Amino acid sequence: MSRTSKRRLRTARPWFLLLPGAVALTFLIVPLIALLSQAPWGSFLQILSNPAALDALRLSLETSLMATLVALVFGVPLAWLLAREVLPGTRFWRALVLVPLLLPPVVAGVTLLAAFGRRGLVGQWLYNGLGVQLPFTTVGVIVAEAFVAMPFLIITLEGGFRGVDRRYEEAASTLGASAWTTFRRITLPMVWPAIVAGTVLCWARALGEFGATITFAGNFPGVTQTMPLAVYTALESDRGVAIALSIVLLAVSVTVLVALRGRYLRSGASA
Amino acid sequence: MPTATITVSAAASLTNVFPAIADAFRNKYPQVTVKFNFGGSSALVTQLKAGAPVDVLATASEPTMWSAYNAGLTSIPLLIAKNTMAIAMPSGNPARITGLPDLAKPGILVGVCDTSVPCGVAARDLLKLNNVTVTPVTRELDVRSLLGKVVSGDLDAGIVYTTDVKAAGRSITSVAIPPNLNVTTTYPIAAVLTSPNSTAAWAFVRYVRFSLSAQGLLRAFGFTKPW
Repeated sequence: MSRTSKRRLRTARPWFLLLPGAVALTFLIVPLIALLSQAPWGSFLQILSNPAALDALRLSLETSLMATLVALVFGVPLAWLLAREVLPGTRFWRALVLVPLLLPPVVAGVTLLAAFGRRGLVGQWLYNGLGVQLPFTTVGVIVAEAFVAMPFLIITLEGGFRGVDRRYEEAASTLGASAWTTFRRITLPMVWPAIVAGTVLCWARALGEFGATITFAGNFPGVTQTMPLAVYTALESDRGVAIALSIVLLAVSVTVLVALRGRYLRSGASA
Repeated sequence: MPTATITVSAAASLTNVFPAIADAFRNKYPQVTVKFNFGGSSALVTQLKAGAPVDVLATASEPTMWSAYNAGLTSIPLLIAKNTMAIAMPSGNPARITGLPDLAKPGILVGVCDTSVPCGVAARDLLKLNNVTVTPVTRELDVRSLLGKVVSGDLDAGIVYTTDVKAAGRSITSVAIPPNLNVTTTYPIAAVLTSPNSTAAWAFVRYVRFSLSAQGLLRAFGFTKPW
């Protein structure tokens, strides 16, 4: 069976897919090669040992991890609620959850200002009542990143929850397991690949976040200037520094993806 | 004058006045369509160096223009206007700021431009000239983003151009800085040498620099004479 189908594939090679596919591959790879070819390798270490660059890298890692954590704590339950259609009007809520994913990030930043800015809908209460201001703070960066990145986790995970065979959960509760035990021992392990895939997607999106961050949280070294903002700021004055920082950001994300790819991100695992 | 469409890369602080100048220019040269690309001066020069198809460059400082000129990208620049700095506060001035020294008070959220763009350099020079040390909470990459955060009320104050204060109208409150304690920035304009529409590009450059209507509009929007 497999031999005959292989042979048939070989005779009917889909040339009409090959060419556009190769174009897509080239298109995606050429900019990366160009970036590496233009890097100021001679002064690379000197650029990266600059405290401002290290600050930006540290800030990027901290905020993107915190944003991912926030997304996990609140996103996993929401993904479950959406998958099991617990809430009335699930289709509507699901569409709404996807909105931040479709918004241009700068617009996401503007909506965040409208909500959490000092004169914003919620922000004025935070500021007048508690003296809390989110713009221009590191917490503001985390908020911006979580807002933009959480939908990636939710949609990935919702697919995972939907794919779970409910009979296992039913069996567990028939045998006397509590709702919490069933969720923790049966449901979560079954969606584990989706959790990992969604977490990585969410984290990568948070790490690369630019538009919402600069619009909502501003741009100050060590406080709100994450790597993408540092790259954009450096571009105004020194292209070499901007390219070096871009390569570091690229290296960090590629390393994490490669490290996880073998274990969890096989095709199909991400539901 | 042949029919042409020219792209003018102009500093963010020219966002309001240049379209008005283009309207006046159009009355004289109806066959030329003028399109704008507004942004931070340094970013505009970076775009030009990377080969952006631009016909005219107008920046908010001389060093940014010289950087393009020295790279062999533009004609010799002409100076078209000067601008000074002012303090912009959200309407109602909730932090009760009356002058530059107030910006150094603790708890006041001040925004400036990054020193990689002209408005940031001018703000830095201004604070130095007045011996005021300010720890800003943000370094924005163009003056319009900074102004936006003042208008929204998220900043207590921002150091912006006098012309921005004028453009923002009633959405903000402002404090002027005495001329002897203020700094100025000069706006050069130049034709891009690679422009395929050099006749039209030159016509626009000359119009902005020499015509009474363009210079009148610049005055009306709060710019001062560069000579």
